[in-house]
Amino acid sequence: MGLTIGVPKEVFPNEKRVATVPEVVEKLKKLGFAIAVESGAGVGADVSDEMFAAAGATVQPNAAALWSASDIVFKVRPPTMDEAALMKDGQTLISFIWPAQNPELMQALAAKKVNVLAMDCLPRMLSRAQKMDALTSMAGISGYRAVIEAANVFGRFFNGQITAAGKVPPAKIFIAGAGVAGLAAIGTAASMGAIVRANDTRAEVADQVKSLGGEFVKVDYAEEGSGGGGYAKVMSEGFQQAQREMYAQQAREVDIIITTALIPGKPAPKLITAEMVQSMKPGSVIVDMAAEQGGNCELTEPGKAVVKHGVTIVGYTDLASRLAKQSSTLYGTNLFRLTEELCKTKDGVINVNMEDDAIRGLTVIKDGAVTWPAPPPKLPPAPEPKPAAAPVAAKKAHGHGASSEPMATQTLVIMFAVAAGLFWFIGANAPAAFLGHFTVFVLACFVGYMVVWNVTPSLHTPLMSVTNAISSIIVIGALVQIAPPAVPGISRPDELIRWIALVGIGLTAVNMFGGFAVTRRMLAMFRK
Amino acid sequence: MSSSLVTVAYIAAIMLFIMSLGGLSHPETARRGNFYGMLGMAIAVLATVFGPSVTPAGIAWIIGAMVVGGGIGLYAARTVQMTQMPELVALMHSLVGLAACAVGFASYIDPASSAQFTSVEKTIHHVEVYIGILIGAVTFSGSIIAFLKLSGKIGGKPLLLPARHWLNLVALLVVIGVGAQFLGAKTIDAGMMPLLIMTVIALLFGIHMVMAIGGADMPVVVSMLNSYSGWAAAATGFMLSNDLLIVVGALVGSSGAILSYIMCQAMNRNFISVIAGGFGSGGGAPAAGGAAAEPQGEVSAVSAQETAELLREAKSVIIVPGYGMAVAQAQHTVYEITKTLREKNINIRFGIHPVAGRMPGHMNVLLAEAKVPYDIVLEMDEINDDFPDTDVVMVIGANDIVNPAAQEDPTSPIAGMPVLEVWKAKTSIVMKRSMASGYAGVDNPLFYKDNNRMLFGDAKKMLDEVLTALRA
Repeated sequence: MGLTIGVPKEVFPNEKRVATVPEVVEKLKKLGFAIAVESGAGVGADVSDEMFAAAGATVQPNAAALWSASDIVFKVRPPTMDEAALMKDGQTLISFIWPAQNPELMQALAAKKVNVLAMDCLPRMLSRAQKMDALTSMAGISGYRAVIEAANVFGRFFNGQITAAGKVPPAKIFIAGAGVAGLAAIGTAASMGAIVRANDTRAEVADQVKSLGGEFVKVDYAEEGSGGGGYAKVMSEGFQQAQREMYAQQAREVDIIITTALIPGKPAPKLITAEMVQSMKPGSVIVDMAAEQGGNCELTEPGKAVVKHGVTIVGYTDLASRLAKQSSTLYGTNLFRLTEELCKTKDGVINVNMEDDAIRGLTVIKDGAVTWPAPPPKLPPAPEPKPAAAPVAAKKAHGHGASSEPMATQTLVIMFAVAAGLFWFIGANAPAAFLGHFTVFVLACFVGYMVVWNVTPSLHTPLMSVTNAISSIIVIGALVQIAPPAVPGISRPDELIRWIALVGIGLTAVNMFGGFAVTRRMLAMFRK
Repeated sequence: MSSSLVTVAYIAAIMLFIMSLGGLSHPETARRGNFYGMLGMAIAVLATVFGPSVTPAGIAWIIGAMVVGGGIGLYAARTVQMTQMPELVALMHSLVGLAACAVGFASYIDPASSAQFTSVEKTIHHVEVYIGILIGAVTFSGSIIAFLKLSGKIGGKPLLLPARHWLNLVALLVVIGVGAQFLGAKTIDAGMMPLLIMTVIALLFGIHMVMAIGGADMPVVVSMLNSYSGWAAAATGFMLSNDLLIVVGALVGSSGAILSYIMCQAMNRNFISVIAGGFGSGGGAPAAGGAAAEPQGEVSAVSAQETAELLREAKSVIIVPGYGMAVAQAQHTVYEITKTLREKNINIRFGIHPVAGRMPGHMNVLLAEAKVPYDIVLEMDEINDDFPDTDVVMVIGANDIVNPAAQEDPTSPIAGMPVLEVWKAKTSIVMKRSMASGYAGVDNPLFYKDNNRMLFGDAKKMLDEVLTALRA
């Protein structure tokens, strides 16, 4: 049997999440691990001890027993000092740690000769790491929950309705910050029928906002706000001024504001001033998702919902925990993905491979030595701004049927000149009979072009086989040769011509019957 | 039947042919379109047979030849596998080419056909015969080579003779020179020799032209030969002063030309460079890309079981089939998987690249054969924007058409070719027999992407396993 993974009950007040769920327990067992859970660990997330036991976990009666039975501990919240004291040499802890905010905890853990992997230190820019990105999965849940909290205290429908009792306008929601949480909030609010606007200092998220059904509100000031690692950076004073004006205007217009603006390692930017709150309609709602970092609104009180100037300001700091079942499942899966990376051999033994960029970033304490902060991961050189070929390709990519780019004038002139020369040559030399045929020929080319241009690509094969069948019209040529009425005065090698023509007729008949029949067979297969 | 009656019958036939091609533009009207084609052909043939230019003595012969040829054609149409459609179409093109040659020669040795002409008209008639046989011969030999390549009887690699462009130029000059001699010939016997020389050169040219084209360009070649068979018919029409042949030949010729153009556009390649050949030789180009462009990293393989799990957990799935699906005959299993997933309310669709497979629309026909409804089979342009919202993309035996290097690496030989952006999906699964590169001979960075999984093995066998796992 491999190592034992222990999952204690979270001790932080009101924390309902748990670091694993029965479905994940099954998957972990397949990797060769044994799983132990503390009795009651899953209660907040609606998972009973029996359910864990049924999935193959052993249930330990209390925290002390659990910590001592485990080689690896999965947690959600950073451990308390008491919990840290329970750790033993060589143990591995995987949890949120926030090393920058919790220096004492880091010291206490380092003193224990343990390994600590901090889920919040994942190098998020590595696309390989996305499957283990617990910050993203928690933020998505928080964004969803923020909208639910807003709806809970908001006194009206989100969607517009026309009822027998009168017309209800849709709620207008403004979402500040379109990161993971913001985008989740946009999608949730839009699907509930509200009019959603959103803003972010990073202009590149505008398309994402639109794709979720939101409207991107631009700040009328040119500055790009992409900081490293997919986060935003602090903006210049001029920009902030323009941004404040925009927020002030949104505050007057909308019913609900959800703020998600965070800058790593800094207090949350104060976006919503007391005056803006005052200018909002009575009954409006603000959900401040940055409350834990001080709040985006001046009047936020972290952890509470308060009413100020007739506006409910929700400052809950446990939004993810309020959706405990969902967040436990996603967090548990993130941990499982990480375990997969740690245990590539699937034998229930982990290998904290410091050569691996993702794992190096996560590891904040290795064998008692603090390894945080990790050096920036060796990212592949940043892709150059799109190669020039790409836009051209994109342009060419649009289907036929759409008009292609107009030809260069020069080419056009040359083509006309050549065509004119050709036509003059034909007109000057050819007899009238030929010209009649030539007219028909040119017109038919154009008809063919017009008719075929709109064929859907899925029918290209049937089209080819039907045109192929139609080209057996050449049989006419052979038919008229086989036994024409005799022309007096001319001796004709009848026998030879007849045989050649017969070969021609036979060949084209194969084509004619075969072509139409196979087209028919193909078309019979096309169905809705 | 008087000649006027024959003429109006021909006009009716022309209209039916145009309506036939028009009907083929949409799946709902396509069957009717095919019927119009048959009707037009029947009218044209009957009007000719009972018209003034065929005496009753010939009717028995005609019926005999028709029955034999028609029987073979119907038999072939009934027995052909849908995966062999490209071969069949190529083979049929060769028949048209050969027939055009036959008609040309017969017309030339028939003194009655040009008896009433003045000297200028006679020259024009001879030019028409010459061109008709030329196009017919090129179509014939080119189609035969295309058939052999498509059916795998000869290798798909382009055969590049040294100085091949000069060879072609010399061939062209010889054809023109011999043509002048042919027009100067006083008697039919004297003209026969230049005509035969030209025919041989045309046959060699057709062989050389198609031999030089790589397997990946086959869709262009097939539609180009389709176009040639039309021009051959049109040339025959000029030769015989027959408007019906001219019109129909021009219709077929221009439609084939448009298809070739569309195919070239789909590969972001110049028509001339496709015809000039040599693509897919793999020589030089990757080396020029240098080490920097070499994709790095490791591929992560998955089992059929895990694939089924990914599919079951997905909300939206896109399947991208390629030639590998056709080779493995996996389309029926693909349909079963589609059905199973649709029953689970998973949004499953197909993304078809215009040049997937070996002839235009090849994949669509295969999927239609497997009863996949055509409204979930989408074109590249329709589906490319949807990849970022897609959970799982299954790439079945396709390579170059999903190669991100086309967009990301300007030095890649396929740079600028429109591709299906499968790497934008949350997960992509590529089913392949091995890590070998595609027809273009370009390594595929998609395989090394973090969100890509490889499912190695024969497509049919692996899909069967996936299906079993899905139903379990």
